[in-house]
Amino acid sequence: MSELGSLLADTVTRLFNNLVTKELIESAEKGVWPDKLWRALEEGGLTLPLVPESRGGAGGAWSDAHVVVRAAGKHAAPVPLAETIVAGWLLGEAALEVPLGPLTIAPVEGDEPLRLTRAGGGGWKVSGTASRVPWGGAAAHVVVVAEGDGGPMVALVARGAARVVSDRNLALEPRDTLVFDGAPVVAAAAAGRRIGVDAVILYGALVRAAQMAGALESLLEQSARYATERRQFGRPIGNFQAIQHNLALLAGHTAAAGMAAQHAFDVADHTDPRRAVAAAKVRCGEAAGLGAGIAHQVHGAIGFTYEHSLHFSTRRLWSWRAEFGSESRWAQALGRAAAARGAEHLWADLTAR
Amino acid sequence: MSVFHFEVRDLPPEGEAFREEVRAFLRQAMGDRPSVRRARSWGGFDPDFSKKLGARGWIGLTWPKRYGGQERSFLERYVLLEELLAAGAPAGAHWVAERQSGPLLLRFGTEAQRERFLPSIVRGETYFAIGMSEPDSGSDLASIRTRAVPKDGGYVVNGTKVWTSNAHRCQYAIALFRTAVVPDKKHEGLSQFLVDLKSPGIAIRPIIDLAGSHHFNEVVFQDAFVPEDMRVGGEGDGWKQVTTELAFERSGPERYLSSIALILELIHHVGPDPEPRAAEAVGRLVAQLTTLRQMSLSVAGMLQAGQNPNLEAAVVKDVGTTFEQSVPELVHALMDIEPTIDSGSDLQQTLGYLVQRAPSFSLRGGTREVLRGIIARGLGLR
Repeated sequence: MSELGSLLADTVTRLFNNLVTKELIESAEKGVWPDKLWRALEEGGLTLPLVPESRGGAGGAWSDAHVVVRAAGKHAAPVPLAETIVAGWLLGEAALEVPLGPLTIAPVEGDEPLRLTRAGGGGWKVSGTASRVPWGGAAAHVVVVAEGDGGPMVALVARGAARVVSDRNLALEPRDTLVFDGAPVVAAAAAGRRIGVDAVILYGALVRAAQMAGALESLLEQSARYATERRQFGRPIGNFQAIQHNLALLAGHTAAAGMAAQHAFDVADHTDPRRAVAAAKVRCGEAAGLGAGIAHQVHGAIGFTYEHSLHFSTRRLWSWRAEFGSESRWAQALGRAAAARGAEHLWADLTAR
Repeated sequence: MSVFHFEVRDLPPEGEAFREEVRAFLRQAMGDRPSVRRARSWGGFDPDFSKKLGARGWIGLTWPKRYGGQERSFLERYVLLEELLAAGAPAGAHWVAERQSGPLLLRFGTEAQRERFLPSIVRGETYFAIGMSEPDSGSDLASIRTRAVPKDGGYVVNGTKVWTSNAHRCQYAIALFRTAVVPDKKHEGLSQFLVDLKSPGIAIRPIIDLAGSHHFNEVVFQDAFVPEDMRVGGEGDGWKQVTTELAFERSGPERYLSSIALILELIHHVGPDPEPRAAEAVGRLVAQLTTLRQMSLSVAGMLQAGQNPNLEAAVVKDVGTTFEQSVPELVHALMDIEPTIDSGSDLQQTLGYLVQRAPSFSLRGGTREVLRGIIARGLGLR
């Protein structure tokens, strides 16, 4: 890990340990914006790891951002930190100024393209509907990637420019529909060289993979701890081989998810990460379903209550595995690409850097 | 608590250059060998192939030059192994000697033992079997009973080893014997020996596997004599020796690539424009392969750095063998085809071979249950 990565990891862990309490997550689930947490993240320099220092960011790489996103998933931080990191990167790549405050990204669904058209006075306006936008109503700005002037463009749209229809995911995180009807754009520019029109979904899948890996780490820690504390038949349940082997299986899935996500971030620093992101979203999604099942089985009935914290991780995993493309969607894309290349190229492609 | 440490590892540039060299060699050496033969992979015993590898200096790649090695890095060896396995090369003859016996002698052997055995291993001429399991000692290895009793400058050995792969084709075995009985301390009193399998008093009998193949053997020792200078390390050091290098054995690419021939054949079969269900199935396989390769490489990086990632290696083997076993399952679920032996398509025959081979993947080199016990200990549960 780079020096910046270690620094970010220490800072973000300390900050989440102090601030992301059960009470905070519960209050966020009731719709309260965790302002203190967000301000602490901004003051700690954690919200814009990929934005150049000249534009107020940390000037880091995806492999540095990875530790922040994973920690956000591990601690179930109820803020659009992952989305802000992607949004800031998209703006930076398009050489646009990055505003302070929470950001989000759109469109997150593949079949909902937004359109950018010229407005009077040299500006741009955006039209179309984007559903299930994370914190779509709460974020100060939404960063849109859309077809514009002969290619993909990145546009910054302020809160209030779209009509908002509120909704939420299983973890009660805001997932709002934004209806843009010729909405004014604060700034727009040709997307960076590395950014295709589906960049929001691609990089959204990347960050969700790391968040899932983080949430799985939390499941493993909670479950292993509970198995040493909870006693039945006169001994800790972790003494029973059936429990041990289930937790070993959870550990395997957690390790695989973590590796898949970390690898995808690493590839994103070097080349088009499409295949690695697809692999990570698929692998983390599979681990999410199996891991949540094991964690609940180990915890028994207490883990099924709202009182217990386990569900903060498991409900997120159940939603995140479907967000920015489900496993089946990414697996199909990955499989079609591999089939089109043919069996004779599979190994060479897998080992290519 | 972050028990497991997996970090992305990049292979060194010299590894990537080497990879091209290995691929060029394999294209020529493997020709158009059918998929069902490639599926045998390191189960394929082919002395000619081993000698060809040896002639290139590709056996014992990391070993000191004075024994014929190349003193190249462990990560370059990793590249070689994964290329051999991906191509389904018949690397079985020298496999054990290169992976276990040679490194054991380098670490614990005498200079005379190294000089005697390593150069011919490197040439691809000397092959080793492993004599560990016994009829009453499988996962509970430390319970072995084969006795080696000191006598006249050596040991007299009595007992029986089983599942001794390729003992009928190897010149030597590294075998674990009990040199002392220490009451209530079964891990003590064990010693490893270099055993000449042609010695008097050693009988090798085939154990045929469920598919009718002969690779396993029962090796019976009846007053067999093993000279003292064939003992590896000190008397009683056997347990420490067998557990020292497990990370090498458990995390290699052979722990996730055993079904690669079937994956390739499946992709070939579904064609360039597969229907969605087939595309999804292939995609899930590619996702697993991508991830497992990174996990295995990550452990290789730790080994190269001199760390001892036994826990991570156990994780790689458990996740990897589970994946290998899932591949025939997935082909069954996806395709309306019957696995075959002598007839049918390449896909059917490869499936026929691997579906019968797959149960061994989570048995050999430490059962799934043993590995999960190790992982559970790492989680603080034992």
